[in-house]
Amino acid sequence: MLYFERWKVILICLLCFAGLAYSMPNFVPRDKLENVPGWLPNKQINLGLDLRGGSYMLLGLDTAGLEQSRLQDLVNEVRNTLRDARVPYTGLGIQGGMVAVSVTRAEDVETARKAIDGLATTVSGNMFSGVPERDLIVRATGQRIEVAVTEAAKLAQLQAAVEQSIEIVRRRIDELGTTEPVIQRQGADRILVQVPGLENPQQLKELLGRTARMNFRLVSNAMSAQQAIATRTVPAGTEILYSSDEPRVPYLVERRIMVGGDRLRDASPGFDQRTGEPVVNFRFDNIGGRQFGDVTRENVGRPFAIVLDNEVISAPRINEPITGGQGQISGSFTVQSATNLAILLRSGALPVDITILEERTVGPGLGADSIAAGEIAALIGATAVVVFMIASYGFFGVLAVAALALNVLMLFAILSVLQATLTLPGIAGIVLTIGMAVDANVLIYERIREETLQGKGPIQAIETGYNKALSSILDANITTLISAAILFQLGTGPVRGFAVTLAIGIITSVFTAYTVNRLMISVWLRRRRPKAIVL
Amino acid sequence: MRLLKLIPDDTHIPFVKWRHIAVSLSLVVVIASTVLLFTRGLNFGIDFTGGILIEISTDGPADIAELRSDLGGLGLGEIQIQEFGQADDVLIRVQAPEDGDERASQRVVDTIRAELGDRAVEYRRVEVVGPQVSGELVQDGILAVVISVVLMLIYIWFRFEWQFALGSVISLVHDVMATIGIFCILQLEFSLASIAALLTIVGYSMNDTVIVYDRIRENLRKYKKMDLGDLLDLSINQTLSRTVMTSGTTLLALAALFIFGGAVLRDFTFAMIFGIFIGTYSSIFVGAPVLLAIGVTRDSSGAAEKGSKEKTAGA
Repeated sequence: MLYFERWKVILICLLCFAGLAYSMPNFVPRDKLENVPGWLPNKQINLGLDLRGGSYMLLGLDTAGLEQSRLQDLVNEVRNTLRDARVPYTGLGIQGGMVAVSVTRAEDVETARKAIDGLATTVSGNMFSGVPERDLIVRATGQRIEVAVTEAAKLAQLQAAVEQSIEIVRRRIDELGTTEPVIQRQGADRILVQVPGLENPQQLKELLGRTARMNFRLVSNAMSAQQAIATRTVPAGTEILYSSDEPRVPYLVERRIMVGGDRLRDASPGFDQRTGEPVVNFRFDNIGGRQFGDVTRENVGRPFAIVLDNEVISAPRINEPITGGQGQISGSFTVQSATNLAILLRSGALPVDITILEERTVGPGLGADSIAAGEIAALIGATAVVVFMIASYGFFGVLAVAALALNVLMLFAILSVLQATLTLPGIAGIVLTIGMAVDANVLIYERIREETLQGKGPIQAIETGYNKALSSILDANITTLISAAILFQLGTGPVRGFAVTLAIGIITSVFTAYTVNRLMISVWLRRRRPKAIVL
Repeated sequence: MRLLKLIPDDTHIPFVKWRHIAVSLSLVVVIASTVLLFTRGLNFGIDFTGGILIEISTDGPADIAELRSDLGGLGLGEIQIQEFGQADDVLIRVQAPEDGDERASQRVVDTIRAELGDRAVEYRRVEVVGPQVSGELVQDGILAVVISVVLMLIYIWFRFEWQFALGSVISLVHDVMATIGIFCILQLEFSLASIAALLTIVGYSMNDTVIVYDRIRENLRKYKKMDLGDLLDLSINQTLSRTVMTSGTTLLALAALFIFGGAVLRDFTFAMIFGIFIGTYSSIFVGAPVLLAIGVTRDSSGAAEKGSKEKTAGA
């Protein structure tokens, strides 16, 4: 056990040296690190949001809403198809998660079924089969025809919605000008957003919580909104929408969209030249500009509504045709809300509503305090352990402490190289590792002490000590590793950080406290050839 | 220089003789913890109940009473307000709005922000956990503890014999229950970090038990005729010095964390400190007596061989 082959010695020394080298960048101030040449280790440990400050948000897609809107589209498609096929029908609508319609004449059923069947397209199948599948199932029972969306189609639609949402969320966050945001898919219908070091986390929430579906529609001139509410009748093709600001004013707005928000090419915050109020300036693309020009030309004198997420932002009167493809939205904006709206319009609308399921925001002050407290705790804890070990084991204690120091450095090195995230519980994991890492040395030393008491000479006692302690060391550490692995699997964010440091700490501690420590003792034995050992 | 020795070299403490007292004590603790869990219950944090947590720092010492009456008047349901760590640091906890969804929670945050106005110099933390997520976190937390206990059972079974596996898991369950009991008594906040603490305790307690077991197994092979009770005593005494040393260093490190590590980590560290004590106790007074109660197959040469073979690896 005490004899090391040359290549093993070299390997151990190399590993220790690498640990030293790769942990070093963490002791250099971040701004000085840029001067370090690229061939030297220059990565620092990645600090978690709870230490550097920032926002963690878990966004959930409204899958039910997504399916509902798909069915609504399907109703429209079926209506058009049957009209084109000249098939009279009744009772077209959504029933029990599918679209149902009753064909009036029995002889039309087959024609209708075929026509509706023509709506189906193929989507790529699920991940098991991979075979393309149809997106619709059409069934006729008697004169009733049912159209259902297949699971594969729902899945494909969700997939597309998530990808598109991630892209739009990314665009919105990029507008904030933060560094290194993390935006990734989580599970089937969730998006995880991590944005470090935000000045104004509230703005992030305002940007992420909105669908930002915008459109321009005419205000109905059939009757006033008050009339519609009083008589409880809404003319066909119109609906009542309320203004976004208080007091909430109702508007009777046509359902037909003049120009959609997808036709916007650019939007920017600005100020109204006459009133000096904050406004949002926008520009349409070519098609949108033409559409807007046509509608405004035909409806001079009528008010139109600028609708965002089913709320009326403002409803200006069309004084003259607007043909330049440019316009201005004024409402009761503040500079901040105008900026936010411009960002939302530039980034585009989300394909589906999103809710913030979980939010954890840590201010930079708390993060800095946590790091400082963690450092102090680690230093004091380490000092206490060092004193205790040296008091108990003398020279051997010094060797154990050297192994411990190396252990912490290697832990830092691995965290830096893997770019694992260090969180506040992660710091607790390091402190715990400091306390537990010496366990292997304690086991070995106690064993050596026992063997010495039984009358064995130094070399034999040390040899047996290492031999017999190994099985306990492995068993003890593997059990802790198991709980760390499970924490990693099931934990999120900070807790995961704890599992990472704990697991890496266990692995490095077995290496330093067992292997490196043994090498040190073997060198010492050969140099000094002690007659007896003090333990 | 004389070295510090917490435990003399050759102890003969009759641990096994005290097992009746220890087992009764442990039984009382476990039963009391179970009763407490169902009567008094855990003080679940927002991770598990859903809700809102806001930590602010104020300009100068915060007037908690004033904040309480102001925020209480907003009609947001139950609001807890307490000083956190320092006088100018305030923790505000709000229950998730009933029958409200995630958007309702966000509106509550906005309302509180508006009411606090200039009084909050800095928003140190804002956490909002919606009902959907909190349900999943509860599931994952329970799952984590159960899976890790089961995996360890399997590992010990594989490395030792079934009696050892059973003994170690009984002491694990004992430790987990006792820790949950202390959470109930002191009404410490039970959060995601508490689950992490529980799992660490599980790991540590296992670690401790395994080392005693390892020595028992070794002695079983060495002293084939020794009375099992005496053998357990011998093994525990032989490992006692190590048990105390390791618990000592770990406790020193954790104590530093408890005192200097900041308010956020305090409950987490407290749970671990308690767990180290209980884990050390259980490896001596629960793990070993269980072996005595269910008996150990002596001289099972197959199992004995199994234990000694893998020793040469790992250098």
